[in-house]
Amino acid sequence: MPELNLTSAPAHLRHGSSIGQPLTRRDGVLKVKGQATYAADNHPPGMLFAVMAVSSIAHGRVSSLDVAAAKRHPGVVDVMTPDHKPELAIDPEIKTNPFVFRMEVLQSNEVRYANQPIAVVIAETLEAATEGAVLLAPRYETLPPLVGLDAGKSYVPPVVGVGNPSEIHRGDVAAGLAAADKQIDATYETPAQYHNAMEPHAIVADWNGDHLQIDMPTQGLMLSLGRVAELFGLAPDKIHIRSPFLGGGFGSKGLMAGPPVLGIMAAKLVGRPVKLVLRREQMYGPVGHRAPTRQRLRIGADAEGRLTALDHHARTVSSTFDDFYEPAADASHTLYAAPAIRTSHDAVRVNTGTPLFMRAPGEATGSIALESAIDEMAWACGMDPLAFRLKNYAEVEPITGKPFSSKALRACYDQGAARFGWAKRTLQPRQMRDDAGLLVGWGMGTATFPALMFQAEARAAIRRDGTGAMEIGAHDMGQGAWTALAQIAADAVGLDIDRVTFKAGTSDLPDAGIAGGSAHTATAGAAIHSAGAAVIAKLADLATNDERSPLYGAGNTGVIARDGRLIRRDDEGRSESYTEILARAGIAEVEARGTGAPNPAAMEEYAMHAHGAVFAEVKVDPELGQIRVTRMVGAFAAGRIVNPHLVRSQLFGGMIWGMSFALHEEAITDRRTGRIMNADLGEYHIPVNADVPPLDVITVEEHDPHVNALGIKGVGEIGITGSAGAVANAVWHATGVRVRRFPIRIEELLTGR
Amino acid sequence: MKQFDYVRPATVTEAVAAAAQPGAVYLAAGTNLLDLMKGNVTRPDRLVDVTHLDGLDGIERLADGSLRIGALVSNADLAHDGEFVKAYPAVAEALLSGASAQLRNAATVGGNLLQRTRCAYFYDTASRCNKRAAGSGCDARDGENRSHAVLGWSDRCIATHPSDFCVPLLALDAIVEIEGKNGRREIALDELHRLPGNTPENESALEPGDLIVAVRLPPAARGFAAHARYLKVRERASYAFAIVSAAAALRIENGKIAEARLALGGVAAKPWRARAAEDVLKGVAPSADAFQEAAWRALTDAKPSGANAYKIELARRIVVRALTLAAAGTPARIPALPASPFASTSGAIHA
Ligand SMILES: Cc1cc2nc3c(=O)[nH]c(=O)nc-3n(C[C@H](O)[C@H](O)[C@H](O)COP(=O)(O)OP(=O)(O)OC[C@H]3O[C@@H](n4cnc5c(N)ncnc54)[C@H](O)[C@@H]3O)c2cc1C
Ligand code: SF4
Repeated sequence: MPELNLTSAPAHLRHGSSIGQPLTRRDGVLKVKGQATYAADNHPPGMLFAVMAVSSIAHGRVSSLDVAAAKRHPGVVDVMTPDHKPELAIDPEIKTNPFVFRMEVLQSNEVRYANQPIAVVIAETLEAATEGAVLLAPRYETLPPLVGLDAGKSYVPPVVGVGNPSEIHRGDVAAGLAAADKQIDATYETPAQYHNAMEPHAIVADWNGDHLQIDMPTQGLMLSLGRVAELFGLAPDKIHIRSPFLGGGFGSKGLMAGPPVLGIMAAKLVGRPVKLVLRREQMYGPVGHRAPTRQRLRIGADAEGRLTALDHHARTVSSTFDDFYEPAADASHTLYAAPAIRTSHDAVRVNTGTPLFMRAPGEATGSIALESAIDEMAWACGMDPLAFRLKNYAEVEPITGKPFSSKALRACYDQGAARFGWAKRTLQPRQMRDDAGLLVGWGMGTATFPALMFQAEARAAIRRDGTGAMEIGAHDMGQGAWTALAQIAADAVGLDIDRVTFKAGTSDLPDAGIAGGSAHTATAGAAIHSAGAAVIAKLADLATNDERSPLYGAGNTGVIARDGRLIRRDDEGRSESYTEILARAGIAEVEARGTGAPNPAAMEEYAMHAHGAVFAEVKVDPELGQIRVTRMVGAFAAGRIVNPHLVRSQLFGGMIWGMSFALHEEAITDRRTGRIMNADLGEYHIPVNADVPPLDVITVEEHDPHVNALGIKGVGEIGITGSAGAVANAVWHATGVRVRRFPIRIEELLTGR
Repeated sequence: MKQFDYVRPATVTEAVAAAAQPGAVYLAAGTNLLDLMKGNVTRPDRLVDVTHLDGLDGIERLADGSLRIGALVSNADLAHDGEFVKAYPAVAEALLSGASAQLRNAATVGGNLLQRTRCAYFYDTASRCNKRAAGSGCDARDGENRSHAVLGWSDRCIATHPSDFCVPLLALDAIVEIEGKNGRREIALDELHRLPGNTPENESALEPGDLIVAVRLPPAARGFAAHARYLKVRERASYAFAIVSAAAALRIENGKIAEARLALGGVAAKPWRARAAEDVLKGVAPSADAFQEAAWRALTDAKPSGANAYKIELARRIVVRALTLAAAGTPARIPALPASPFASTSGAIHA
């Protein structure tokens, strides 16, 4: 039987036994016991340690390296430099596909950003390699670096994000603004941020002749495999990548970056397995980041508080050698029903590692500006921020005019506001105090994230012993894929989850697509779902075509697969177990493949997004300006919830990241040198436990028949959007000071009033 | 990492001899030193591990009412010592507001006193830094310096001393006991750290080989227990260094301030004693006006060293608040968020 592609629920399937259950992580015990093998935990015999030497200048060239000194250091085996390295099969600057990230892998002495790898020292111990890298004592010819949002002449990038037009408009913005009773014209700035996954980028590379074994955390096994294959001139089947667990990725492990390639080159150079792990500060350069932005929002509203126009312009940066543009202004496409909308971007080039997707790329950055501006407009109109948002509720997607495939945002607003107690909010800022005299502020933001789908394939099998198998090269970045996808797999083959062998995380399995865009559960899930349906269909064929089966002749009405049995849909009294069917047919197992993919017809017809409403309470010391978030409620509608437990964790994580965006995170770049001055977790602040308030997540019911067969929208990123703005708006409501530069700093509250 | 010798002396005398060699440094818990070594900020030839020395980990009350704290007592043990908390609550509060529980479990009293600045340019070995490489220049001067000093800085160096612990210790006139090549001596904590002047590389009054063996709180330090607080404003609720902090301790008799002690943290290359402010409080009733006046006195000489003028205003407000909190009385228990503006502050805020 050929592969099966499903866009709606097939005749032979039913859901409910595993999907929807709040299972805890199936890999949890392994992780707690330290038995989950992350990439850097591997240690093949004979392995050497590689350490990168990185550039301390942001622009110029390396004029000398004291390779001899490094080599003299006891334990150092070799030093890889532009003059001494294995050749690559193709020039890594060539973009063989749009998902190629230009990388620095010692192809020249040129330095394009601070922390760029300039050499790799390979040694018997980590300590020796580390000291060897210091002994290289690089000298440079330094050129003035380009730093900051005004570094040079701006230009309009051809596309932003992944292929979005950099400028889009609908309606007449100028006329809308001119006709407005109230206008807001405000400029917001967001800083550069770094993914800072807990697990640093790491690789263990082991060549065996022309076969390459790689342990490396990746959010895109097949993308990585393809890139390694072309860079090293290998047939894909000569490469095996294992990536069973990631200690977070957030986008930074999506595309193949330079450092793991250096690890593979180093292993080739010395003819032994090599491990290369980035130090924390080395993650501030070659592995992507969220670009800074300066966003201008001009909004008009009529006397009733109805939007007349929304103009969102974002300035951002890219590197001097590659293109990625934070699509910040695109956040204004979907949420508010302005009759005229324009979003536009421009950029300058700076000496930085190329920016990249970072959890909610564009959506997070744009959301904090949009939600702040909407809040400012609500205040200008003298309206409650929720009432204002409801007044401008988009019944169709504003930028396209398409209907939504589903949109339970109104329920999110209602349920979130009720849980939070929003009705008691004062309209005026700086009116609320707690018993201790601290200023109290309440703010809200609307969350949204597109429901995306990529391409994936899965293989399913049902065995004569009544067990099943599901295989897909999916990625668990900590979000819980090992559990959620296994739940989908169990339902897909109609078995209890413990009777299904679920395999994921290696490159020899079917391609699961990239784990990004909050689309992994939907995409891999759809593939699993259709593979399951296909294998059940095969099994059903065996039974319904066999006179000896109680299911004989049920082909047209269909059967349901449940608990290891096929059951006649119109007569539950007639059923047969998988074991019986296979035993009678004399077959050990049936196997089938299925794919998951976007449905172009549905996409043409509908706008597909998840939505949410986030409410935040902050307290601010009126004299000292220190801020604390004391409460957050988020209500989200994201289609089918595969595992409420994991979904809640994802949403918590997003909400915490949102408060981090508003109050903490910022990479501080020295404007003279382009070096990042706080490249460590002591000084690059993210919230600690004491910063995280009680969080309350409501998942609002939403059935979406259009997004994919399972109705899943994805929850990985939406939590940040809305939350960042909610916290910022709460700070304004507490203090009466509107801070438009993020993160909000104490000094701005001290001097802002 | 650079290769270095590691020695573990058996006695204090051996330790002093081993550490007096050029290139040698003491290793206590290493929570600061090892980070600096991994970052190549300091590259010692020899580590003299003092953590196994006997007799340096006790907390003893002396006959005259002083308290002697051994240099190896961990920050956590000291902060959780019931007697200590009762007698010197602001010191315990300061300790508990520093770093994280894990770090405090390891970090020692001696190491805390001698921890190095958190100036980012000091850490970044590609930057010029007079403290790290004498005479090389100071890239913080025109750099990212919003958290740098507003008191006692020089054109050569605008870094701050990051310790919380030192701030109330200084307010309480702590004394540092030192064992050196020429035997035992003691100095006031106020003399341990130096202002940068022309030689920011000379951070302390210690000579090569000098080992801090104990910190002593004199008998009078107990007199403030009823009215002593530490207040620390920082960029997150916990696990961050102070932007500005203050220790305020009052001895209140018959409704008047018999004696006031005030020190600031995060404002200078050393913990900063505000004696002029203490003087104006002597003999007056605690009041908002008096505290305002004290705050102005405390910051009279302050000037921004960069984009940090806000720290001067913040410091004034912190002084007023810390004094207000101290006057209100030491709470029966150290708040769950020690030294935070979000510790329970009932009644203390007047906006
Ligand atoms: C992430 C992080 C956050 C932190 N946050 C804070 C904070 O908020 N507030 C705060 O106050 N501190 C903070 N700290 C600093 C912490 O308090 C210090 O690292 C610690 O107190 C140092 O003690 P140690 O025993 O580890 O010293 P070590 O690192 O071993 O030594 C530090 C220095 O003191 C010298 N030394 C140690 N003992 C002696 C001695 N007996 N005699 C002479 N010299 C000696 C060493 O040679 C070295 O130069 C933080 C540290 C980290 C890493
Ligand atoms: S302020 Fe002091 S520590 Fe910082 S760079 Fe300048 S000299 Fe060095």
